[in-house]
Amino acid sequence: MEILVCVKRVPDTSENEIQLARGGADIERADLVYSINEPDNYAVEEALQIVSRTGGKVTVVTVGNEEDEEVLRREMAMGAAGAVLLSDQAFEGSDGRGTAAILKAYVQSRHYDLILTGVQADDGCAQVGGMLAALLDYPFASLVTSIEVEGQRLKIAREVEGGSKEINRIDLPCVLSIQTGINEPRYVGMRGIRQVASIPIPTPCAADLGVEVDEVGKTAAKVQRVDYFVPPAGKGAQILQGSREEIVEKLMDLLKAKGGLN
Amino acid sequence: MIVARRLTPLLRAQRDFRFDRPLIRLGRVLQFWLAQWRHPRYRFAGALHIMIFAGFLLLAGRVFTLLAMGVSDRFIPVDSGGFLSSIRSYAATVVLLCVAVAIVRRLVFQPPRYGRPTADPIFLLALIGLLMAADGVFEGSKAAAEAALHLKATGRAVLLPPGSLSWMLAAAFSADGMGSLRTLHLGAYLTHEAAFFFLLCYRPFGIQFHVETSLFAVYFAKLDRGTIKPVRWGVPDDQLDSVPSFGVKKIEDFTWKHLLDFYSCADCGRCAEQCPANTVGRPLAPRTFSIKARDYLFHHYPVLGPSSNGTPLVGDLCSEAEIWSCTTCGACEAECPLLIEYIDKIVDLRRGLIDDGKAPQSLHKPLKSLETRGNPFGKMEKKRADWVQGAVPVVNGSGVDTLYFVDSITSYDDRIQAIGRAVGRVLGRIGGNFGILGAKERDSGHDVRRFGEETLFQALREHNTAAIRASGAIRIVTADPHAFNALRHDYRDVPPVEHVSQAIARAVRADQIKLKPVEDGGTYAYHDPCYLGRHNGVYDDPREVLDAIPGLQRVEMKRCRDRSFCCGGGGLALFYEAKENERMGVQRVRMAADAGATTIVTACPFCMVNLEDAIKVAGLEGKMTAIDLAELVERQMVS
Amino acid sequence: MPRIFAYIVHKNGVLDDTAAELPVAARKIVSPPDAAAAVTAIVVGWGADLDKVCESLRGLYAETWKVAQEGLAYPNAELVRQAIVKVVPAGSIVLVPHGHFGVDLSPGLSIKINAAYVPDVVDIEGIDGQWLKVVRQEFGGQVSAHMRANLSTGAVLNVRPGAFRPTGTAPMNGQVVDKSAEIGVLTARRQYLETIAAEIGDVDITKAPVLVSIGRGIGEQENIAIADDLAEVMGAAVSCSRPVVDAKWLDKSRQVGSSGQTVRPKVYMACGISGSFQHLAGLKGSPFIVALNKNPKAPIFRVADVGIVDDMLAFMPALAARVREESCVPGKGRRS
Repeated sequence: MEILVCVKRVPDTSENEIQLARGGADIERADLVYSINEPDNYAVEEALQIVSRTGGKVTVVTVGNEEDEEVLRREMAMGAAGAVLLSDQAFEGSDGRGTAAILKAYVQSRHYDLILTGVQADDGCAQVGGMLAALLDYPFASLVTSIEVEGQRLKIAREVEGGSKEINRIDLPCVLSIQTGINEPRYVGMRGIRQVASIPIPTPCAADLGVEVDEVGKTAAKVQRVDYFVPPAGKGAQILQGSREEIVEKLMDLLKAKGGLN
Repeated sequence: MIVARRLTPLLRAQRDFRFDRPLIRLGRVLQFWLAQWRHPRYRFAGALHIMIFAGFLLLAGRVFTLLAMGVSDRFIPVDSGGFLSSIRSYAATVVLLCVAVAIVRRLVFQPPRYGRPTADPIFLLALIGLLMAADGVFEGSKAAAEAALHLKATGRAVLLPPGSLSWMLAAAFSADGMGSLRTLHLGAYLTHEAAFFFLLCYRPFGIQFHVETSLFAVYFAKLDRGTIKPVRWGVPDDQLDSVPSFGVKKIEDFTWKHLLDFYSCADCGRCAEQCPANTVGRPLAPRTFSIKARDYLFHHYPVLGPSSNGTPLVGDLCSEAEIWSCTTCGACEAECPLLIEYIDKIVDLRRGLIDDGKAPQSLHKPLKSLETRGNPFGKMEKKRADWVQGAVPVVNGSGVDTLYFVDSITSYDDRIQAIGRAVGRVLGRIGGNFGILGAKERDSGHDVRRFGEETLFQALREHNTAAIRASGAIRIVTADPHAFNALRHDYRDVPPVEHVSQAIARAVRADQIKLKPVEDGGTYAYHDPCYLGRHNGVYDDPREVLDAIPGLQRVEMKRCRDRSFCCGGGGLALFYEAKENERMGVQRVRMAADAGATTIVTACPFCMVNLEDAIKVAGLEGKMTAIDLAELVERQMVS
Repeated sequence: MPRIFAYIVHKNGVLDDTAAELPVAARKIVSPPDAAAAVTAIVVGWGADLDKVCESLRGLYAETWKVAQEGLAYPNAELVRQAIVKVVPAGSIVLVPHGHFGVDLSPGLSIKINAAYVPDVVDIEGIDGQWLKVVRQEFGGQVSAHMRANLSTGAVLNVRPGAFRPTGTAPMNGQVVDKSAEIGVLTARRQYLETIAAEIGDVDITKAPVLVSIGRGIGEQENIAIADDLAEVMGAAVSCSRPVVDAKWLDKSRQVGSSGQTVRPKVYMACGISGSFQHLAGLKGSPFIVALNKNPKAPIFRVADVGIVDDMLAFMPALAARVREESCVPGKGRRS
C-alpha cells in the first residue's frame, strides 16, 4: 500500500509560555523549539505499522521551506521511505484551503492508496485533511483511532463523545485524520537522524506541481489572521493569597459553602 | 570436545580488550580467586566455600597421583607418608564435612537467595562428597590392610593422620578380611576415578563450569570501575557511523568476556539478593539473566547437533521491562565473587533497543528534550542559571580556577535548586575562585549513555567538553554524583573532578571551616549514593564531614557503603515508570528508620528527590527528614 | 446580507445544548447586533426522533429546514455534507458546532460550497465590508487570534460549544419546512456500521457531585494516590483530563472532555489541568470550579471561580490532611 502522510513542523509549547511579539503580529519565536506536530507523528507510526502488514511504503510531505526539512528527516529516520517538501514563495500566507490545494496538486501527480494527517496542529484548526479529501473527491474520516485493512476498504473507528467508538467502513483511496493515542510511536534516536541527514529531499515548486498561483498564498486566502492578542484577564478566578495553610483554610470554607465536602 | 563446543560462541562473539595490564590482573586473581576476597561478605556460606575451595586446591594434585598409581604399581606419590599426606587427608575430611553442611543448608534451611532447591548445585556437592568419601575409603582400606599385614613394623606403611576420614575408616575396616579390603580399595579407586572423570565431562553443563572458568573470569574481569564499554571495542567514536548496528540484539553481539560470564555464574544469588530492582519486584534479577543466557547458549550451541545463531534476544531470552528495570547501581557487580559484570551488558542491550526504536514511551519526551534543550525537563536553555539568585558567579568567558558543574536537576528542579545555592555558598567559603557555566552547560549525559542513547550522549559530551575547556578551569567540583562519575570516567580531556563532599572534608581537615553544634538532637544516617560510593569509592569523606559536626549523633544503616541500597535511580531513571511492588526509596527510608535515624543525609540530588518523595509515600512525614550534605554544612557553618 | 444557517446536533430525539447557542452566535454576525437576524436551523435525521427534534426547534428558530432520509438516521458526515450542499443557497453562512462531528463535516463542506472556513470560533465581532471578524485560540489556548473571513462566497463557521451562552430570549413559534424532497439519493464511500459505547468502569464520574480532577501536573502514576486520598476524604470521585488517559494511568471512563465524559458536578477541582477547551467542553452546568496549578498563566484560571497557584503534589495532601482533621474532630461532624 502506498501511504502519504502530511506533516507539519510546529513549535513545542507544552513546557514554555507563549509570548506575543511585535504588537501581536506574531508570537515570540526566538526561544522556541520546533518539532513534528504530535498527531502527525502518530499518523506516521500508524502508516509504518500498516505497511509492515500489507507491504508498500510511506512517504511524508509538508508544505513549507528549508527549515521544515528537519521534521521530514526525522520521520524518515523513523522509517518513512521518502519525503517531499512542497516549497514556493507563492505558497506563503496560504490559508487551510490553500495548503490543501497545494497538497492536492502533489497527490494528483502520484498515486496513493491512503492519505493520513494528524487530527490537528498548533493552530487547532483540524481542517487540512477534510479539505484535501473534498478537493480530491476522496471520502474522509476524522479522529481515527484504529485502522483495519480489508482489501480495497478500511474498517476504522472514530473517537466520539463519551469515549465511544464510531465504527465505519471507508473505501480506498481516502483521507483520514489520526487522533493521538492510536499507537505507541517508536523512538527516533539521534543516530537514526544522522543516518538520514544527507538523503536528498525533492522540493517541487508551484510550477512543478501545476498549482495555480491564484489559488494559493496570501491573496487567495479567504481566511486571514489579523493579529494575536491575549484577552484581558476579565473576571477570571479569584486567586487565593497567603501561606499554604491559610489558603487551605480559605478553600475549606468555600468548599463547605458550595457543598464540596461530603 | 565439549569445551571446544563451549568455546564456539565465544569465537563468534564481539571483541573485548582484556589483555592489558597483566600484572594488575594477576594481582586480582590472587586477591579474588585465590584469596576468595568477596566470599566472606556472606559469612557462613563464604566460610564453607573457602574451605571447599582450599581443599580443592590442596587436593588438585591428588587427582593425578591417584591416576598414576592406578596405572603403575611402582608409582609412589610424593605425598605418601608424612606431612603432605596428613594435609591431604585432613583437607579431604574437611571438604566432605563442608559439602555435607552445604547440602543440608540448601535442602533444609533453604536460604532465600538460592531460590527453590535445584538439582544442579546439590548434584555437584554430592559428587564432590562422593570423591572425598571414595578417597577416604581408598586410603582407609589400604591402611587397614597394611595394619593387618603388620607392615607398620617394617616401616613401609602409611601412618594415617588421626581424626581424618581415612583414619576413621581404617579403624572401621580393621575387622574386615583381606579380600573385602581389596574389594573396597579397588572399588573406591574406581568410584573415585569414575566420579572424577564424570565430573570433568559434566562441568561444562551447568554451574560447575564455574570451577573451570572462574580463573579466566577473574583474570579478564573489568578493571575500570564506573566506565561503560565502547559501542565496539576497537572502533573509535568518530568512526561509529560505520557500525551497522548498535548494541546487543542477538547473543553473538555480546563480547566473548560477557559470554564467559554467562558460563561462570554459579547461581549463588548474592547479586539478586542485593539488587534493588529485584527486591522491589521488578522483573530483573542479575543471576537469573546470566543463567538464562547460559542455558540459551547451551541450547543454541549444543554439544551434539548444529548451532543456531543470530536469533533476536529480546522477547526470547529476556523482556524489554527486564532491560529497562536496572538503575545501574552496581550492587550486583560489587557482590559477585566471580566479578561478573552486568552494567555493560544492560547498557549494550539498551543500545540495541534504542537502535531499533524501542525506547519506553515515558522516556521519549525527556530524550527529545535532552536533544533540543540540553536538559530532560524541556525547560529553556537560557534559564539554566536562573536558580543562582546571587549565590554563585556565572562564568563569562574564562578566568576561573574551579568550575562548579551543576547539571540539569540542580539547575531546574525547584527543590534541588536550594542544594545548588547551598553548595555555592559553601564553595564561596572554601572553593576559591569558582563559577558555573550557566546557560552554556548541558546535561552531563551520564544516564543518557547508560540508557543506551550513545549518540546523544556523545553530542552532549562534545558540547560540554568544549565549554569546560573554554572556561579555563583547572579543576571541577560537582555536587551531583552522576555528573561526577561522567566527568571522571566518561569524559576525556577535562580537568580533574571531585565531589563537593571531598572538597568539604579537605577543608574540614585543614580547619578552613568551623562547624557549630547541631541543636535538633536528631539521629543522622548517611545514605551512600551509588555513584559516589560504590562506583567511585568515596565513603569516608562525607562521614568525616558529618563527624566533624559537634553533637551530631550518627548511625549506620545495616546496608551501607558498598552495600548501600539504591534510592531508585537518577537521571532518566526518574522518568521511567517501572512495574514494581514498592519504590526503592520507600524501602530505603524504612531502613533508615530501622537504624533509628530521624534524618537521612545524602550527597546526591537524585537521592534527595527519591527519598523526600519516599518519606511522604511511606507515611514518615514528621518522623523523618532528608537533608543534603551541603545544605547541612551550610546550616552549621560558623560565619 | 447572506443567509445564516445553523446545523443542529441531536441524539435520540433530544437537542444538543449547541442548538440554543448557535442563534446567539448568529446574532453577533450582523452588526449592529440584530436580535431579529434570521437564522435558519437545518436538521437531518429520520423518523420519530427527527420529528421530536423539529418540535423543540420551533421554540428556538423562526424557521427550521427538515431533511429526512433513512440513510441519515445516523449522521454520517459524508452524507450530511451532500445534503447540505443540495439545499443551502450559495454564499450562505453555515454555523456548525465544533466537535467530533463538526471537524468531520465542515472542512469538506466549505470546499464543496466554496466558502471560507473558520474552525473553533470563540467570539464573533461582526461584519466589516466583505470580511467577518471572529476570534479563535491557538497554541493550546495560550493566545487568542483575531481572524477575518471573506464572506463574498459565503462561510462555514465551527462554533465552540459553550462560547455563546443562551441569554434566555423569549421562545418563538417557528415553522418547520420539509426539504427532504430536494436532496435526492445520497451515496457515500463511507458507511456507518455501529457505535461501541465506552465501558463505564468502576466509577461513574458523571454521577459524582464532587470531582477531584487531575491533569498532566500529576507527574507520574504513583502520585495518583494523592488524588485518591483527597477524593476519599472529600467524598468525591477522581476524574482526569486526556493526557492522563493517554499515558494509560487512568481508565478512559475517568476522562472529562469532548472526547471523554460530560459531567455536571456541583464542585470541580481541577488540579494540574491547564484548561484546554477540549477538556472544559466536558464540564457542563455551573459547577464551582477550583483551579490548582503551578503555572499562574494556565488558561484554567480564566474560567475557574477560585484559583490557587501552588504545587499540586504539595497542596493536595495538605488539603486532605485538613479535611481529615475537620471530619475527625468530635462535635464538628461532616457537613453534607
